[in-house]
Amino acid sequence: MADAKRAAPASSGGRPLSPHLQVYRIQMTSVSSILTRITGSAMMVGVILGVWWLLAAATSDAHFARVDALATSWFGDLVFTGSLWAVWYHYLAGLRHLYFDAGKGLDIPTAEKLGWACIIGSVVLTVITILLVQ
Amino acid sequence: MRYLTPRKRAEGRGAAHHGAEHHWAMTVSSVGLAFLVPLWLYIFGSALGDTREAVLATFSRPLPAILTALVLVVGMRHFAMGATTMIEDYARGTNRKLLIIFVIALSWVIAATGLFALARMAL
Repeated sequence: MADAKRAAPASSGGRPLSPHLQVYRIQMTSVSSILTRITGSAMMVGVILGVWWLLAAATSDAHFARVDALATSWFGDLVFTGSLWAVWYHYLAGLRHLYFDAGKGLDIPTAEKLGWACIIGSVVLTVITILLVQ
Repeated sequence: MRYLTPRKRAEGRGAAHHGAEHHWAMTVSSVGLAFLVPLWLYIFGSALGDTREAVLATFSRPLPAILTALVLVVGMRHFAMGATTMIEDYARGTNRKLLIIFVIALSWVIAATGLFALARMAL
């Protein structure tokens, strides 16, 4: 950490610098934060396929047959299962943010435990959801 | 001696320059989605893999239709605003503007398409 302090230029007013990617040690708090953004964006693939499937159902038998074949293929399973996990991860991470916004759970041990809870909880909820909708 | 307080010097210097209303809108929509999404996942997941007749029957019922409409409108606003925050962190200048316009337009197209499909199935 002494190196980081020495590296802070005078122009920063002595404030800490942004993480330097080449020497950055990955930690639970940063991974859980980045995953929130990735899952929020990536679930759009599932949303687009789902809305397309709804539009096809509303349109005609022929259109539905084509889109339903894609949505229920291995590719559709992959997209929807991935998006389902992304939704559940983003859901739990969002609840964590509401908890943080209330001024709670901000110490590092608690924040790290909550990060693990998001990752493990999202996998458990994904499995439960798939079993429920079978 | 500094005449400006640290707060005054920091205000407006973030990536987005401002954002209290934005943050509050994300808080409100996230709480809404926390109630809507679990039941919607169950309804949509159960309908997936059904015949077209069964899908039409499901989304003609009030609860699945209204819930899907709410998830689409609230969810797509939440996505557009969240993606805007992300773009403000990573892009600058004209690129930033174009990307923000793109995600807002995309989210409205998805919401409008979904609402059209729902209207056609339900009515």
